[in-house]
Amino acid sequence: MKKLVILGAGTAGTMMLNKLHNVLDKSEWQITIVDQHETHYYQPGFLFIPFDIYTRKDVIKPKRDFFPPGVSVVSAEIDRIEPGQNRVLLKNNVVLTYDYLIVATGAKINPEQTEGMKDGLWHKNIFDFYTIEGACALRRFFKHWEGGKLVVNITEMPIKCPVAPLEFVFLADSYFTEQGIRDKVDIHFVTPLPGAFTKPKASAILGDFLAKKNIRLTTEFSIARVDNEKKAIVSWDEIEIPFDVLVTIPTNMGDEAIGRSGMGDELNFIPTDKHTLRAQNYDNVFVIGDATDLPSSKAGSVAHFQADILMENFLSAVEGRNMTASFDGHANCFIESGFGKGILIDFNYDTEPLPGKFPLPGVGPFSLLEETKMNHYGKVMFRWMYWNFLLKGLELPVESNMTMAGKRM
Amino acid sequence: MTTTTVIDSQTLQRDADGHLENMAEWNDQVAQALALEEGIPALTERHWLVINYMRKEFKEKGDAPSIRKMTKESGVDTKELYALFPKGPAKKAAKIAGLPKPKGCI
Repeated sequence: MKKLVILGAGTAGTMMLNKLHNVLDKSEWQITIVDQHETHYYQPGFLFIPFDIYTRKDVIKPKRDFFPPGVSVVSAEIDRIEPGQNRVLLKNNVVLTYDYLIVATGAKINPEQTEGMKDGLWHKNIFDFYTIEGACALRRFFKHWEGGKLVVNITEMPIKCPVAPLEFVFLADSYFTEQGIRDKVDIHFVTPLPGAFTKPKASAILGDFLAKKNIRLTTEFSIARVDNEKKAIVSWDEIEIPFDVLVTIPTNMGDEAIGRSGMGDELNFIPTDKHTLRAQNYDNVFVIGDATDLPSSKAGSVAHFQADILMENFLSAVEGRNMTASFDGHANCFIESGFGKGILIDFNYDTEPLPGKFPLPGVGPFSLLEETKMNHYGKVMFRWMYWNFLLKGLELPVESNMTMAGKRM
Repeated sequence: MTTTTVIDSQTLQRDADGHLENMAEWNDQVAQALALEEGIPALTERHWLVINYMRKEFKEKGDAPSIRKMTKESGVDTKELYALFPKGPAKKAAKIAGLPKPKGCI
């Protein structure tokens, strides 16, 4: 019996589990998945909670609903991986040995990395929306807020879903307009990047949207600390930006277990071959989703595209063939732009987001880099697709690798 | 898209972001000229400490280090790195050191 261990039952780990369970011979393989948490969160939905569009119950389901029968599920915290010994040590003293390992331990926010972030004002005037607790606390705050300075700040890259902070300010503009207090809310988007987004063409277009929506933009601001008394964020070069409410996107890091295993970089992300998705230093270890150090976006759509590539390469590796499937960095993001509209972008390692129609060239129904109602419906519909297709490892009508068809240069 | 610049009668190929196409064309004078473009009038001993660290790191790892790695290993703390290379220490120091744009800069 050969043993496959999957670490992490989030989006990437659950998808891989379902895909491989369908194709691996059950008389030859024993599959084990490890996760310390019982609840699966639909993370893209967190964005909508502060604005009262989704509630907690819209974004949670039990993880066990997505585990196929016959799979061994271990509910425990990972202490560390010993890749030299082909084994995983759990905090409950259980030791799991493996022939192949897939690491899908994800990324999470680390507000402690910034001086003053978790002092007096945390979840009082400073919030995150990358955790269910943060998103719910912010909703309670916004309900009774009468206006003032709203600062949205990205601490450092990389972050999960790089478009989410932009969506947040677009939705804030829409929400406070509907509340009738938009004129009392100064929305300020503060980023360490040279523009509104990571890719130049999209950055220019999204930057125009900010201006149109009367949202202030400060670029190249690298936060050093939070001054809790002055209620201000302060950069390394001592520029101060005051806030009444700060929505922070804290430093994102891989799991501490990766750090303890000595397998990660300085942010606990695992050096991974950007095309094959195999760990750079270990032949029988694959890495998927936010846990990798790939220069692609950390997002569910990316993990989904990676899953198809990883499955092919995994099957090649276990059968001793060359790994021929190559991940191209494909990402596909619906960007909520407020007032029931959305923008769609589709890109990869080499091609930045371009205008056009998606997924059917010339037809759509979605429009790339344009604000439409249909794009918004795509985003709304996606939650259903996520629970019913994506997590179960079923096919979606979108290619894993990006296609130029339908895009205008 | 590449452009060319002439420094000390040496013609240098540059990429779209202004990084040198050919690392071998780099020398102290080139570094000084690139620094000037970035608004750094004179390279001090502290700048050189960082630049040399960047080049050593690139040689060993094949990529320019992130700001976190620089803070941990270059001997210069984050605050000073921002003072030496205003706005973007990782990107600016890599450019002045003649290295390609760091892969982490996405």
